[in-house]
Amino acid sequence: MLDRNASALALDSATAAARADTVLEARGLKKEFHGFVAVAGVDLSVRRGSIHALIGPNGAGKTTVFNLLTRFIAPTAGRINFEGEDITSELPAALARRGIVRSFQISAIFPHLSVHENIRIALQQRIVSPLRFWGGGEAVSKLEPRTSDVLEQFELENVAHLRAGELAYGQKRTLELATTVATDPKLMLLDEPTQGLGHEDVDRITDLIKRVAAGRTVLMVEHNMRMVARIADRISVLRRGEKIAEGSYDEVSVDPQVVEAYLGSRARRREQTP
Amino acid sequence: MRQSSVLLVGLAIAGVVAPLSGLYPLFLMKCLAFALFAAAFNFFTGYVGLLSIGHAAFFGMGAYVTGHAAKIWGFPTELALATSLGAGAVLGLVIGGMAIRRQGIYFAMITLAMAQMIYFFCVQAPFTGAEDGLQRIPRGTLLGVFDLGNDMALYGVVLVLALAAVWALQRIMEAPFGHVLLAIRDNEARAISLGYDVKSYKLAAFVLSAAVAGLAGGLKALTLGLASLPDVHWTQSGAVILMCLLGGLGTPLGPIIGAILVVTLEGKLASMGAVQIGPLAIDFSTKVPIVIGLIFMCCVLLFRKGIVGEFIAAVERQSAQRRNGRPA
Repeated sequence: MLDRNASALALDSATAAARADTVLEARGLKKEFHGFVAVAGVDLSVRRGSIHALIGPNGAGKTTVFNLLTRFIAPTAGRINFEGEDITSELPAALARRGIVRSFQISAIFPHLSVHENIRIALQQRIVSPLRFWGGGEAVSKLEPRTSDVLEQFELENVAHLRAGELAYGQKRTLELATTVATDPKLMLLDEPTQGLGHEDVDRITDLIKRVAAGRTVLMVEHNMRMVARIADRISVLRRGEKIAEGSYDEVSVDPQVVEAYLGSRARRREQTP
Repeated sequence: MRQSSVLLVGLAIAGVVAPLSGLYPLFLMKCLAFALFAAAFNFFTGYVGLLSIGHAAFFGMGAYVTGHAAKIWGFPTELALATSLGAGAVLGLVIGGMAIRRQGIYFAMITLAMAQMIYFFCVQAPFTGAEDGLQRIPRGTLLGVFDLGNDMALYGVVLVLALAAVWALQRIMEAPFGHVLLAIRDNEARAISLGYDVKSYKLAAFVLSAAVAGLAGGLKALTLGLASLPDVHWTQSGAVILMCLLGGLGTPLGPIIGAILVVTLEGKLASMGAVQIGPLAIDFSTKVPIVIGLIFMCCVLLFRKGIVGEFIAAVERQSAQRRNGRPA
């Protein structure tokens, strides 16, 4: 009797430890769009301090999973836990204030504001409120050193005064990453951070992500396998809304289902274009 | 120097010079009231990027409330004007609260529908005087001392209040709050993902805009001694959109210039009477909407950013060319 209790206790503490290690956990995440199942019951757990990549062929539901996790769209079914708390029904802005900050597939910047202002907007979130429409300039000007730090860290000092919309594409993506990091998030969700970038920029952004990921957790959707292989600790592979494999790059890359998902679609494409 | 300070000083100089140059104070006060109305509208639609077709509700209700408070309740002038500010804010909270969750055309339609309800309420409600409106609204005194029956005395009060309100709106845009509004207009999804509660920000901006529009209505009622149905009619919402587009939506000075142009034009056309053009005798005093409509068409076709907007764009083009080393 005592023995069984002790083992139950041991089991409990083991799961508790696993939970503490897990920042974000999704169970049975499902999304239907008018009968089309985009995400069909995905389980996902993201370990604290890891870089976790979400990969899969086009239309696998990666971005939808992202939108579900950040509550930009509401799941049809399933639960999402962040640091042990149920966040399934929270609003996206509230999630951001909890420390889950996402980026977007198309570079998410404020094009008409300067680079400097872009960073400051990210930093001042904690200070301003909708009811504090008068003043607040002094409090925000105290953020100036931190703004300079971020600009420096991302090598954006030289373009700080330019309108963000005027930046080159690679710099826009850098700025986006900078504003995401500026909010000091616990969990960063990056939606295809290297999409549309040239080789040099891919390497630069990859290094940047690796650097800023220190002490944080990153979940990213990414197409560039070389980049995923380089920095991801753990990879989940989605296909047609379902998770078909999970593990390190070496494990996942030899998984027959994954090989089939990637090569299969390539083989089909070859058939279609004789 | 801050843009708001430059704006304040510039407008103050213009406001002092204008009556000295022989313009009628009554006409100037009407210009000021509509300029403030346009500035209020611009604060929301220009900076938040959502089109309100219901601002006449705030303007008209401000006029009615001030008129009623001054005439029936016998409020002192300062308090009567304060009620217009409050009425605009409360109405803005109600209408904005319902509309702010919607985007684009849906937002515009809800504000229009709500403003129409307010209009029909004003047609029926006893305190508005229905078709007659509230007439002979007393101007009262300033602080119980200065008689505002004198046009110049009232002009001084209207000028100070209008300038203070325009300055305050501009100052808010320069504060962190205003930067958040611009960020939301630029990329709403990103603002949300950075943790901003964008709906609350939009609503706060809408309430501020409605409150100032109410004050503009109150100033208009006090100036002309009249609050009537045209003030709440949807055409008034249309007029303020035109003023802003003409002058430059989303610029600090544009709406003010647009409002002065439209008010001046209306006054000129109305006093023109019948004009013989070839075989046609055209009575321009009855053709104000046609002329305004034609101007609107030209504005949309030829200078979409408005007078001030096009000017700013031209200056930016120049400086961009200079930066790139190409000859201007």
